[in-house]
Amino acid sequence: MSTKVYMEALSPTMEEGRLVKWLKAEGDTVKSGDVLAEVETDKAVMELVARGEGIMRKHLIPEGATAPVTSLVGIIAAADEDISALIGGAAVPAAAAPVAAVAPVAPVAPVAAAPVAAVAPVAVAPTPAAPAAPAVDGGRVRTSPLARRIADEQGVNLSGVQGSGPGGRIVKRDIEAAVTSGSANLVAAHAPSATPAPTPRRVAGGPEFRDEPLTQIRKTIARRLAESIGPIPTFYLTAEFDLSRASEMRTAAAELGDAFKVSFNDIILKATATALQQHPEVNAHWLGDKIRYFDTVHLGMAVATDDGLIVPVIFNAEQKRMSEISAEAKALAKRARERKLKPEEFTGSTFSVSNLGMMQIDQFTAIINPPEVGILAIGAIEDKVVVGADGGFEVKKKLRVTMSCDHRVIDGAVGAKFLQTLRRLIENPLLMVF
Amino acid sequence: MAQFDVIYIGGGPAGYVGALRSAQLGQSVAVVEREGLGGTCVLWGCIPAKALLEAASIVQKVAKGKEFGVTAEKVTLDYGVAMKRSRAVSAQNSKGVEFLFKKNKITWLKGTGVLGAGKSVKVTGVDGKVETHTATKGVVIATGSRVKGLPQIGLGLDKTLILSSDEALIIDKAPATMAVVGAGAVGCEFADVFNAFGSKVTILEVMPRILPIEDEDCSAELEKAFKKRGIEVITGAKLGTVKKGKNNVTIPVEANGEKKEMTFDVVLVAAGRAPNIENIGLKEAGVATTERGFIKINDMFETSAKGIYAIGDVAGPPMLAHKGSREGHVLADILGGVHHHPVNYGNIPSATYCHPEVASIGLTEAQCKEKGLKYKIGKFPFSANGRARTSGETEGFVKIIRDEKFGEILGAHIVGAHATELIHEIAVARENEYTVEEIDLAIHAHPTLSEAIAEAVLDSMGKMLHA
Repeated sequence: MSTKVYMEALSPTMEEGRLVKWLKAEGDTVKSGDVLAEVETDKAVMELVARGEGIMRKHLIPEGATAPVTSLVGIIAAADEDISALIGGAAVPAAAAPVAAVAPVAPVAPVAAAPVAAVAPVAVAPTPAAPAAPAVDGGRVRTSPLARRIADEQGVNLSGVQGSGPGGRIVKRDIEAAVTSGSANLVAAHAPSATPAPTPRRVAGGPEFRDEPLTQIRKTIARRLAESIGPIPTFYLTAEFDLSRASEMRTAAAELGDAFKVSFNDIILKATATALQQHPEVNAHWLGDKIRYFDTVHLGMAVATDDGLIVPVIFNAEQKRMSEISAEAKALAKRARERKLKPEEFTGSTFSVSNLGMMQIDQFTAIINPPEVGILAIGAIEDKVVVGADGGFEVKKKLRVTMSCDHRVIDGAVGAKFLQTLRRLIENPLLMVF
Repeated sequence: MAQFDVIYIGGGPAGYVGALRSAQLGQSVAVVEREGLGGTCVLWGCIPAKALLEAASIVQKVAKGKEFGVTAEKVTLDYGVAMKRSRAVSAQNSKGVEFLFKKNKITWLKGTGVLGAGKSVKVTGVDGKVETHTATKGVVIATGSRVKGLPQIGLGLDKTLILSSDEALIIDKAPATMAVVGAGAVGCEFADVFNAFGSKVTILEVMPRILPIEDEDCSAELEKAFKKRGIEVITGAKLGTVKKGKNNVTIPVEANGEKKEMTFDVVLVAAGRAPNIENIGLKEAGVATTERGFIKINDMFETSAKGIYAIGDVAGPPMLAHKGSREGHVLADILGGVHHHPVNYGNIPSATYCHPEVASIGLTEAQCKEKGLKYKIGKFPFSANGRARTSGETEGFVKIIRDEKFGEILGAHIVGAHATELIHEIAVARENEYTVEEIDLAIHAHPTLSEAIAEAVLDSMGKMLHA
């Protein structure tokens, strides 16, 4: 029994992958689950694992070459098995490798509407679905109808679930396991805390959001505004916050020891999470026919890496203490720069924050990460001379924050109220402990 | 003395299917079988019984022929002929398994096997020769089960007056009167056959209803159909100690607060089967059994003795051929070292081939209640189904139990013509976790009995069209 090795979709948005290194040479014995190769996706370097066993008979693309998702990159088969018929559907590496290396099996008329332009014309089976393809197959998640329905209800992100059904299909038990382990994580996050955990707003295992069907007025607003600025009709709200107290708090805390050192960004993240919890109307997803409001805050934080932007997620941020958020933000940023993030670490956010303050940008507008409906753009903190209460001049630390709002969901006043709350929290950081 | 990769003790549906799969995976395989290949299923169960039930079906069709414009006069019934045909069908099927063994180069060790030391089996051949064979990968016990009587109330099997299904399959005349003790699948099927061949049949069941493991609605529907055909059905029956006469048997029966003595020419005992765990050296090999006398196994079919496995009836209920076959297949995959899908014990169809047929899969309504599940029922009668009307087989219904929230198909229960074939639409749906919506979306050909499934599904969603 031969097993075809396909370029798999190793991240939800991956369309092609670069084969960094073959870890199994031709002739090596392969067991199911063995790591065959390292593949660089659009987000990270991931492992391509074997879906069958036998001998690694043939590498169909060389190291360094790029192949589209679902294209054939190798063959695992028995030592004496004839694999010549299988090689036909191989990917033509985008980098180098002459096309002649993959000889057309038979002269055929041009393949009409070939899904991948670079596939050599072959008489044998056209790029078929893998016999044991991963659950995420070219962007399409393989799942049973029942599993999909339960996941939808429970808010489980299917792209993060490992399927255990035939061919890696996600079935009911996988969703149940994901839900169970998800609540386990929730408990773990509280474990190190000596202080009593905040009363959770929802029952463990229950849905962490509510879906609201669109009202007529909401539908009209959505349609009209998207016609004007589309597809996401965005507007921007800018506010200038006074960071004097936050700065005092930060200095005072740091004097207590290294364990209490936090950055301004950590304080902003913590305040944002707290404010979002009080304003679920901006902590939402636009889903086309409905708006999904989340009870919990999965806070995305934009991180610049050498390869570009990535947005890892601090899950359940509203339940985490400042020190936890600080540690997690630091770890996620580091892993992002090392390109070691797993797909489940950069999907599922409900709201995002982007900070260019450290690069001396006074203020900017960030682009909404759909289906989220809002993002905060954090500028630089600077000392400004302001008119004090007594009419004299004072020097204050000032920060400019701009919120991008999806007008289909967030109206001007709604966004403004959220920023009011955020201002109160940031200008009076003590409120975050109440 | 020879060495094999795998030795199966027993050539029934569990052992022979396991053997075929092992051979397919390139292993050397031997099967120890003292009788014919195919086991109880082929020789003394499924196959010959269904051949007789087909005869019963023809009897019923002929009786109804007149309304279809087909009048058969001077119809004679000869159970002996039907019996001989059923034996021929059995022999043919057994030969079929023999052919498959030859094709797959499986060695048939004709004789009786006893576990030896390690992974070895001592086989006493039909010719009396004793040989010990060893297995490198595993020895698989697939010895099946056998009929049993009820000696505690005087119903020990005697092969003439008190019969088991084994003897009922080879008598050459239908008796004038017959009691069927036990109204599970076997009891109901034989009641059906002998009723068709002219016996006056009385079903005696201890439980409050016939087919006690099926959904209550199915039991009630079948009881109604049986009574209409003149089968006497006594449920909740307490049986006293039996008096055996020269040519008949008298059973004291207490039911519905009434006590009476009932006399029958023949009593057919269909009160379950006993696993074959004796004389195969279990104790010496260190193979443990359960309280109910089955071999104890884990989810990899391993017994308490290393290298010894058990599958099929002997490894525990449900005692069904298709359950044993699947276990054989999966175990062969495990021993062959290929990826295996565990047996889904929650999705084994149950089939009773009386007329009307009864088939089910998943949970009964009572089980759903017991588990505290929130469910919705959908039901569609065959009397409202066009195809059933054309064939004049309008008894029965399709009942679908679905989860209230997600539409998962929790159970399906069908009474009616071809119910045992129809149930597989639901088996496939459940295995793939299709919900009622996917069944509804699948277009069902018209006119077919299968449309009743689609309608029952719609009913469960409150959208039934044709009733």
